[in-house]
Amino acid sequence: MMDNINILFPEIFLSLSILSALMIGVFVKNSYEIVTKLTYVILILTAFIIFNSGAGKVEYFSDSFIKNPFVDFIKILILLSTIAVLNMSQSFIRNNKISKFEYPIIIMLSILGMFFMLSSNDLIIFYLGLELQSLSLYILAAIDRDNIRSTESGIKYFVLSALSSGLLLYGCSLLYGFTGSINFEIISSELNSNNTGAIFAMVFILVGLAFKISAVPFHMWTPDVYEGSPTSITSFFSVVPKVVGIAVLIRFMMSPFKNIILEWQTIIIFISISSMILGAVAAIGQSNIKRLMAYSSIGHIGYALAGIATGTLSGYSSTIVYMIIYVVMNIGAFGCIFLMKKEGKYVEGINELSGIALLIILFSLAGIPPLAGFFAKFYIFMTVIENEMYMLAIIGLLTTVVSAYYYLKVIKIIYFDDLKTPLDLIKNINITGTIFISCIILISFFLYPSYLNNIINAIFLNQ
Amino acid sequence: MNFPILSTIIFLPLLGSFFIFLSKNEEQSKSSIYVSLFTSIANFLLSLFLWFSFDVNTEKFQFVEESNWISGLIKFKLGVDGISILFIVLTAFITPICIISCINSVKSRVKEFLIAILVLETFMIGVFCSLDLVIFYLFFEAGLIPMFLIIGVWGGPKRVYSAFKFFLYTLLGSVLMLIAIISIFWITGTTDITQIYEIKIPREFQYILWLAFFSSFAVKMPMWPVHTWLPDAHVEAPTAGSVILAAILLKMAGYGFLRFSIPLFPVASEYFIPLIYSLSIIAIIYTSLVALMQEDMKKLIAYSSVAHMGYVTLGIFTFNQQGIEGSIYQMISHGLISAALFLCVGVLYDRLHSRMISSYGGVVNHLPKYSFIFIIFVLAGLGLPGTSGFIGEFLVLVGVFQKNYLVAILASIGVILGAAYMLWLAKRVVFGEVKNPKISNLKDLNLAEGSILSILAICVIFFGFYPEPLINTMSVSVNNLINNYQVDLIYHLTSSK
Repeated sequence: MMDNINILFPEIFLSLSILSALMIGVFVKNSYEIVTKLTYVILILTAFIIFNSGAGKVEYFSDSFIKNPFVDFIKILILLSTIAVLNMSQSFIRNNKISKFEYPIIIMLSILGMFFMLSSNDLIIFYLGLELQSLSLYILAAIDRDNIRSTESGIKYFVLSALSSGLLLYGCSLLYGFTGSINFEIISSELNSNNTGAIFAMVFILVGLAFKISAVPFHMWTPDVYEGSPTSITSFFSVVPKVVGIAVLIRFMMSPFKNIILEWQTIIIFISISSMILGAVAAIGQSNIKRLMAYSSIGHIGYALAGIATGTLSGYSSTIVYMIIYVVMNIGAFGCIFLMKKEGKYVEGINELSGIALLIILFSLAGIPPLAGFFAKFYIFMTVIENEMYMLAIIGLLTTVVSAYYYLKVIKIIYFDDLKTPLDLIKNINITGTIFISCIILISFFLYPSYLNNIINAIFLNQ
Repeated sequence: MNFPILSTIIFLPLLGSFFIFLSKNEEQSKSSIYVSLFTSIANFLLSLFLWFSFDVNTEKFQFVEESNWISGLIKFKLGVDGISILFIVLTAFITPICIISCINSVKSRVKEFLIAILVLETFMIGVFCSLDLVIFYLFFEAGLIPMFLIIGVWGGPKRVYSAFKFFLYTLLGSVLMLIAIISIFWITGTTDITQIYEIKIPREFQYILWLAFFSSFAVKMPMWPVHTWLPDAHVEAPTAGSVILAAILLKMAGYGFLRFSIPLFPVASEYFIPLIYSLSIIAIIYTSLVALMQEDMKKLIAYSSVAHMGYVTLGIFTFNQQGIEGSIYQMISHGLISAALFLCVGVLYDRLHSRMISSYGGVVNHLPKYSFIFIIFVLAGLGLPGTSGFIGEFLVLVGVFQKNYLVAILASIGVILGAAYMLWLAKRVVFGEVKNPKISNLKDLNLAEGSILSILAICVIFFGFYPEPLINTMSVSVNNLINNYQVDLIYHLTSSK
């Protein structure tokens, strides 16, 4: 029993820290600053604890939790990207008067939920983690209480997401009914192509997960929520829950749904292709940069799903590489959006951007070599073609041409057009530093492009 | 020799652009110009050194560099043979000329412009050095970024449309090539072309892979009917951009055919000869006729480029020594001549801000030096004996005659049409009465313009009378290419039965 608690230490540490931060927030006046600083410390310490918790695969609490290098890696990725997002959104939070101490605490709570989701090895823990994460995200979307659009986006997100959680829960109960267990390993051994009811359940669970990663046709909430939420929250939404969603999907494919690859593969291919096409086509008409980023993230999820659709370890690892590069690009892109300020107000229209960093990030998002975005796509299509899914590869690469169009449109606005009124010059070392780091990663990636791949492959082999 | 000379030639311009990036913003951008000139000329000298130390008697790749790149699967492999070395020298030669030409013509954001040119040089040389399909693709595509910015930021009034057209056309062609490259990796287990030459791609895959590569090269070449991006891009690009586009970017496709399409897919190359011939003939005759009708000097030269590239594709797909040598010669000489013609148009445009033929006439009365040089290049462009343009066209036609009479006769009609539009251009711009009163106020060539144009003129005439250095460099490699092609063809045709 004590061993189990040792292994659960990151989660325990995080929950206790959240509770104490909550206490400080309640009893200290104007506690936003101190709680935020404390949040950094907590997140870094948690990452450190996970990093030092040792490799190897362990299952505990009667096999309902799992700890393996893959899960640990994703957890550290979540923590680091959260720190980056929080760090660069500070000035935005203060200027928009949403500096409430609940803000960082709820973010930490959602991370706790994600940890449980990732570590879950049975359906109940999984659902608990998912709900903790989702509820925190609804609140975050509506954190700007006095802003009608923020509140609206919170409600919208809540209603639609609750529906999808319901479907997912229905799928879970069906799965339990048809396999007689909630444990992933047992489900996996019970499932086969003849078990029609369980396949039905699999479809429901996929729908729920596809909603969380905003894959087409369950993407409708994304543009509205992205646009309505405060930009600091949008940047968090576009990065962290996406990574977790993809990672959880991979966990499901590798463990409970391992034996019904043929069944789920068709579904994943379909949502992957439709996400790529919609992400490319629908973004063309957007004039709001946050809506554009929403559609672009839908498209990117489509490419990531193409890696999962192969159903092989190399496919999964290329998906994770894709997500890491996606995180770096998105953090950089939102950093640039935080810098867009005119006469003291934050602007969102895409004819008001500037910066050489954004140039690099946009070309990388479009997947033009020698930037990191190209290698992300390259690895994905390597595995896709290895598995002879030529249709998926051709459609995927053709949609990159379409999506290049709208990234180029943003570049055109920055570089080719004359700005009518110049943007305010913001000097904020937090934001520029983050953008700088992400640009350096994107540019220098081509020097040693297999570095990330080797790490991820090693992680998957140690599963 | 252990010194990594190819990497140095590739990455020296990048280093230079990095220094320019770090330098301070100043009004005149003097230091940026000096740094960029210094790097590009140093690079040219290095490439000359490479050419002199190149052994012309072996068909093997020389100066090969290899290092691990993607987890042992894909190597960062560089090397040159007799074909690619000429293009490297051409690239390194044209870049300093572009930089000198932009001193007069680029007025805003000079520093950024120089960075773009130098970065582009890195990518272009990288294309010609790479011995690995993925590296080739990387450099081939990466060149789009600086060229897109050069057209879009420093271009003319319709620059946005042209830049987008250029970028999206080329990208669309190239993504299909990427699929083909990845497929080759899974068919043969490597993307190192020297190994793929040995392994031989199975016959049934060759057709579709050839088409995928063709889609990319045909757009880049450009072949009819996907040539429409070129006139737009040329017209709107600044002078230096047009020069690079015509002189080097178009040659990447011809080089790609020689380096990849033919050796990797010999059966498909043989199979698709009729397609190539018909497209080339249409390109030669149709675009020559279109060029006759142009009002805009840059557009006229752009269409003439499409026609000249038609000779190149014809020559490549003759698969005989004269044809292929002729097309390589044509590419090099077109690189010099079209660069010079665009510079000449740029000279007039800088003075009068018009590219329309109708705004000129009788230029010879006031700009004698300019007119003299312009006429040299016009004559070279139509392939007058004694200029490098003649040798290329002549060799190509000799090659084609051995293959197919009809095609050769049709191609010869293009020579006449070429003479027609070029001479008519000269007549309307240089000779005749001075209709536009502004012309009498124009100044003749200044030192920078005069020197770069004279250097180009000397090269064009020198290689017109003495083709030996170029032919000598390439002949062993070309011979090897043809031999391997025939051996492969026989191998595939006999083994598949």
